[in-house]
Amino acid sequence: MKGVAITGMGIISSIGNSVEENFISLIENKIGITRIENISTVHADVIKVGEIKKTNAELVNELELPEDNNFSRTAMIGAFAAKQAVKNAGITSINEFRTGLISATSVGGMDMTEKHYYDYFKDPELTKYISCHDGGDVADKIAEELGLKGMVTTISTACSSAANSIMLGARLIKNGKLDRVIVGGTDALAKFTINGFKTLMILSDDYNKPFDNNRKGLNLGEAAAYLVLESDEIVEKQNKKVLARVSGYGNANDAFHQTASSENGDGAYLAMKKAFEVSGLKPNEIDYINVHGTATPNNDLSEGRALLRIYEDLKVPDFSSTKPYTGHTLAAAAAIEAIYSVLAIQNSVVYPNLNFETPMEEFDLKPQTSLKMKNIEHVLSNSFGFGGNCSTLIFSKS
Amino acid sequence: MKKTYINGVGCISAQKTFDTVFLEEAVYNQNETILSVLAPVYKDFITPTAIRRMAKGVKNGIVASALALKDARLENVDAIITGTGLGCIEDSEKFLKNILDNNEEFLTPTSFIQSTHNTVGAQIALSLQCKGYNFTYVNGAVSFESAILDAKMQIEENEANSILVGGIDENGDYTTSLFKLAGRIKQDGEQPYDVLNPTSTGTVFGEGASFFVLENEKKDTTYAQILDVEIKNTLEENEIETEIITFLNANNLQISDVDAVVFGLNGNITFDSYYTSLAENAFAKTPQLYYKHLSGEYDTASAFALWMASKVIRTQEIPEIIKVNSVEKPAYNTILLYNQLNGKNHSFTLLSK
Repeated sequence: MKGVAITGMGIISSIGNSVEENFISLIENKIGITRIENISTVHADVIKVGEIKKTNAELVNELELPEDNNFSRTAMIGAFAAKQAVKNAGITSINEFRTGLISATSVGGMDMTEKHYYDYFKDPELTKYISCHDGGDVADKIAEELGLKGMVTTISTACSSAANSIMLGARLIKNGKLDRVIVGGTDALAKFTINGFKTLMILSDDYNKPFDNNRKGLNLGEAAAYLVLESDEIVEKQNKKVLARVSGYGNANDAFHQTASSENGDGAYLAMKKAFEVSGLKPNEIDYINVHGTATPNNDLSEGRALLRIYEDLKVPDFSSTKPYTGHTLAAAAAIEAIYSVLAIQNSVVYPNLNFETPMEEFDLKPQTSLKMKNIEHVLSNSFGFGGNCSTLIFSKS
Repeated sequence: MKKTYINGVGCISAQKTFDTVFLEEAVYNQNETILSVLAPVYKDFITPTAIRRMAKGVKNGIVASALALKDARLENVDAIITGTGLGCIEDSEKFLKNILDNNEEFLTPTSFIQSTHNTVGAQIALSLQCKGYNFTYVNGAVSFESAILDAKMQIEENEANSILVGGIDENGDYTTSLFKLAGRIKQDGEQPYDVLNPTSTGTVFGEGASFFVLENEKKDTTYAQILDVEIKNTLEENEIETEIITFLNANNLQISDVDAVVFGLNGNITFDSYYTSLAENAFAKTPQLYYKHLSGEYDTASAFALWMASKVIRTQEIPEIIKVNSVEKPAYNTILLYNQLNGKNHSFTLLSK
């Protein structure tokens, strides 16, 4: 299939406040993993995170929000990235066509909830933040910032959320339900997630090293990224530049454990298989795989095995995880990696899987460890989440 | 294009909505600001160890989905799609309190693991060993309609033949106290809380889990066909009628073809005018139904409404307790559901026999 056109992108992550900045960081090995500054936590000296170095006050200022706003940080970085994407797509009249917003988040406004939880009953000034806790508030706020009145919804399937929002958006365009849709995800760092992952003992105290035999876990990150998908009719009518296309997608459930992936990566295997069916592509037509690669012992083993099952006796193409740059940005991860996939196609480049030293003993899989220039027609991007949620997207040159 | 049929339903709510015919024992509680579910006998559906571990939303979701499957006479489905406004708020509260009370120390992962919004969908997949498509929507009052819209697309695209779709929300004690503080829930001591004749802002809150088996073929278990679903984030009050007419026209229908309309009236004096102006004008000659006086208001209360509308089409009867007006029709073959919350997140769902 031809795939659904991507006509705009916007991003904010620990490696940059724009698509260009993110790309430069990726090709110049500038990582965004540091000590945490914006959240006070007892784990500050132990963990490393991919943090956006803008305070909430700075974000309020840049977004020109009123003083009495009740934006969570998740909503602020989301609005920041979504506005960029809409501008990048050259959209000036947002409701001119049937335009939707499909967002994704796992924490929603938890950053404000955890900050004010016990103070709500003491300080009436804080009451405004009570309603910004739930996930949907983030998309409502982004829609308001964009002036978008049509279909708005949010997907929350943990760390695969944004892949699913891109998938739904592509299906809505294919089905003719929408002419244009802004898809992506946003998640700010929160004590809640930091401590959650900490109790699961999957946070590394060092820089994360995906697919390395001595990997110790993940670094959490925060980010927001949105892409604009448009119907071919609009692309033709407005003579729009197509950055790349969403050509395949698949979602499956591992049905193995609430948080752990199965040993053989059943869900991951099924998600990739479906994505190939939708795209009509064969595994050997993929030039680069942006793996989920969180650097937890469980994920990389399960994902690696699923890759080997998909490729059977074929060679697994060049692959890398970009999480050593950004950390694992949870519900935003698949959206920032979608943008990195499009950039890989546009710039004919495979990003290095930083920090890799020793191949895993369970199998013979070695990620690409240095920047590699080559023509890229198709990129496969994986994202997996709690609840066995497995998603695969395929992006193709237009 | 394949059509979408509701072939099985399961509903856990503040009313007796299982092991009954149709709301014959329903109670209109006008004295409480928060309604709780009438819990089913969990051990008939879930193992004792799992019962202890699971929050009530997860348990209610599992039971409601099992009831829907049984009703549809199915063992498994191709996909599971859920909607929830606040997700597993009890576990979120528990984990957050532990973080704050213990200064981020001595934490255990259980409540964090179960706090993710897709826990119910994941647990159902796990128990059914369903490896198919599994999505969870979390967008306030349109969380459930997003799930329905997605499921309908899956069936139309031939990606699935059978899908479990559900809306789940649970009350968390601290969160409801915050909602009271913020005015989202009505204040205590202002009884009676009369949904049709409201005198104050806020709503009576509730919780529940409603599941539906959607399939691409009509069976003898079929309740209704889902003709269409539409979601609109922002509409002005004076735009609603035009929006509904356009929506009906797109399905070759007019207002006079609607045999009953289900309004999401929730007794909030500020926003119920979205419905009352329709009730007094465009739908003045249409039987009007309401439900939030029975279910309470929560983000996925509209799933209770879909359960109710499905039952009306199946039984061809409208219980007195859900009637807004006294208009009657000889048959109830086409039902329109309209819901919104605080003037945002509007949804329109169209059912036919």
